[in-house]
Amino acid sequence: MPRSDAVWSAQGTTPDRIEAALRALLAERHAESASFIPARVLNMIAFVDDEYSGEIANRLRGVGRYAASRLLVLSYEPGRERLDARATIASDADPTPGQVALLRETVIVKLGDRHLDDLLTIADPLVVTDLPTLLWSPHGHQDAVDALLSLAQATLLDSVEEPDRSQAGQRAAIDRACELSRQVYVVDLAWLRSTPWRERVATVFDPIPMRRELHSLDAVTVRHHPDSRVAALLLVGWLASRLGWSLARSEVIAEGSDGRLCGSAQAESGEVRLTLKPAVDLQVPGLAGVELTSAAGLRVRLDREPGGLRAHRRDPGGRDRTWTLLGASRGEGGILGEGIRQALLRDPTYGAALAATQEMLPQVTRT
Amino acid sequence: MAAQPGQPTVEPAPENPLTAGLERLPVAPTTLVIFGATGDLARRKLLPALYNLAHEGALPERFHLVGVSRKEKARERYRAECEEAIRTYSRRTPDEDVLKKLLQHVRYVPGVFDDDSVYSELGKVLDGFEERAGEPLNRAFYLSTAPEFFPVIVEQLGRSKLQHHENAEVRVIIEKPFGTTLEEARELNRDVLAIFDESQVFRIDHYLGKETVQNMLAFRFANGMFEPLWNRNYIDSVQITASEDLGVGTRAGYYDHAGALRDLIQNHMLQLLCHVAMEPPGSFTAEEVRNEKVKVLNAIPEPTPADIAEMSVRAQYAAGHVGGEDVSGYLQEDGVPNTSTTETFAAIRLKVDNWRWAGVPFYIRTGKRLARKVTEIAVTLKPVPHLAFSQDGSLGVQPNQLVLTLQPNEGVSLRLGAKIPGTRMIIRPVNMEFLYGTSFLSQSPEAYERLITDVMRGDATLFTRNDEVEAQWRICDPIVAAWAKRPGPLAQYEAGSQGPAEADSLLLEGQRWRAI
Repeated sequence: MPRSDAVWSAQGTTPDRIEAALRALLAERHAESASFIPARVLNMIAFVDDEYSGEIANRLRGVGRYAASRLLVLSYEPGRERLDARATIASDADPTPGQVALLRETVIVKLGDRHLDDLLTIADPLVVTDLPTLLWSPHGHQDAVDALLSLAQATLLDSVEEPDRSQAGQRAAIDRACELSRQVYVVDLAWLRSTPWRERVATVFDPIPMRRELHSLDAVTVRHHPDSRVAALLLVGWLASRLGWSLARSEVIAEGSDGRLCGSAQAESGEVRLTLKPAVDLQVPGLAGVELTSAAGLRVRLDREPGGLRAHRRDPGGRDRTWTLLGASRGEGGILGEGIRQALLRDPTYGAALAATQEMLPQVTRT
Repeated sequence: MAAQPGQPTVEPAPENPLTAGLERLPVAPTTLVIFGATGDLARRKLLPALYNLAHEGALPERFHLVGVSRKEKARERYRAECEEAIRTYSRRTPDEDVLKKLLQHVRYVPGVFDDDSVYSELGKVLDGFEERAGEPLNRAFYLSTAPEFFPVIVEQLGRSKLQHHENAEVRVIIEKPFGTTLEEARELNRDVLAIFDESQVFRIDHYLGKETVQNMLAFRFANGMFEPLWNRNYIDSVQITASEDLGVGTRAGYYDHAGALRDLIQNHMLQLLCHVAMEPPGSFTAEEVRNEKVKVLNAIPEPTPADIAEMSVRAQYAAGHVGGEDVSGYLQEDGVPNTSTTETFAAIRLKVDNWRWAGVPFYIRTGKRLARKVTEIAVTLKPVPHLAFSQDGSLGVQPNQLVLTLQPNEGVSLRLGAKIPGTRMIIRPVNMEFLYGTSFLSQSPEAYERLITDVMRGDATLFTRNDEVEAQWRICDPIVAAWAKRPGPLAQYEAGSQGPAEADSLLLEGQRWRAI
């Protein structure tokens, strides 16, 4: 938590004045103690609805050490005419001789409709040159994202947050992620929620005899929070892309009356049945379990439980074994922090998983 | 690679296509056996490291821990001690569910290390895990005991046929010190390699597990701008310093037998020297990296008795002041004999006789109760050949100096000459600073987390090979022997100071120690 803050604010201001104020605040802090050093890791631009800006501030506080070194919040308030701003330079430690006390900068700019056409010129002077920039618009506002995209190297989104929970909405979310992927690196929180599952499925199938079974899988079932179907789709898309399954349009996944999605993919060894089931008892977004079976009779099942994932394996001979894969839940704060950290990395498998997921969902024209 | 449609998989050991893009790669199912399970290292470092790996989901899918120690106690008592150690020393607050589940995987085998029955019991425990798992599990034996037990445990493991296991890897991890002389190191290598193959042996130098040390390789080999300067043509000298402001504290028993040279220079600081001086490896594999380090060590001439007085200095701290407090001298510390001639400060000057480094002195110094705690490598470049500016009124144009700080503020600093604002061309040195902490979001894992993971994955890159440890001793052993022949009195330095004035005698003309 910040120990001490230097704050500047102004009403009816301009980006130039805000930037000058930031430089002055920084000089002031450095004069106060040579231990104060500005962190220079990542710019993050968050375009938010002003009425929900408190909720976003709370979410960002939860990311702990993964906070961006400069956070620029563009807080949109319909009808607002004036540009108001507040800049804060906070340190996460008291200055101590010989030790570094890192400074992080937060700039909140309140703006209205008349500023939307000038978003780029408002934001550009306020990001640190030569640092990667992550763009996040948690309340939608695709136009704002498009306007600011040229400033960013990565964009943060959450494919499960599409307000339209129908298959059409999910397809739209995946289409949007694909579109953005062609321009910048996409960090998708829905994808990150599946990371422990991907790691553990990879681990279970890592022993050499198990690797061979990967190529004779005949069914995959994923259980997910009712609102996290896209995370489940991405997990299946990942398996399909890594294992070379074909997802032809004729095999598209279809929605059943109980909310489950069923479909199939074509592997080299034959058809793979795909099932995505809502887990109504799951309290947190993300996945509840995954089960993979092979033609030879292997069944591997992973289920979320406190302290890790419960693994169950039935060998082709019928022998059952159960064990726990240890690991702590990261929570939603941890997921967002991981999303910010991932802006500095590159996962080469997301794009292929996304493309495979797009192929699974029927193309829909939204009105 | 993913199988392509229409292409049958023909490889006997196919790749796992699911690992691409994952930050954490799978680790084979493993049972870790810690000998010396109730000791300080296990409590303070190993158990917290294991917890943190569990927390992050980085332990193998099947993991068991077996503690072996002389003290008789019930399994539940040992689990309670593990829990207490984790709660006390973990770098993060434990998640109760993860901790509870990890402790369920803990067993304890009591007994003295030369007792056959300990190993037969251990064998039964290990077999039991595998029976329940339905498959062989890799085994890693961690020797976290006093060094005199290393050969005893290794011999017993061999006698009990625990050094190999069908369809699974067996590895042995040996803590420092790896011998206290060259002969002891050779003897221990002979004992260990009579039972285990070198590929199974992981000699720990925990410095190598530090992010800061690994960053040195990134700094040198991922940045093209330094390589053209990194040789005798441009570099005047290299200084490696590891200073502490603390005294021996509770380690007097160990430290008074070891001394500064054996405690830090023989292992950690020679490793740092290797990182500075090694040639770029062809690839970052264990063998290639270690081959390059051994080449550096082999290029350092073995000190002759005649050299030693000129290239080494030792001293003990006397009473003084640190941080405004009066502190005792070494001989007044609890547990230190008042006749001790153990050095608490050691400095040596080495040369690396090869094409790149001929004529460049490498100064290494370490000590306790010095002015402050710092570990750094300072590379001083040669001065400019001609200066066009008048030096009147100036602090002087000083040679460029590149300083890699490993702790406490990890970073890189480059000293440059710059003009003081004004009408005259007056130059003074300024620093261009880079601090790692300002540029990364991630928290560095503890060295032991990285090293334990590497053992379980069979990656020996960050561990010391047999020829490497012997080459380190070949350099230090003659100094240890010469000092033993001239026991004292030792030079003294005031606690909280820059070290003994005698250290200046090592410096070649025009060179000076950096301020600690």
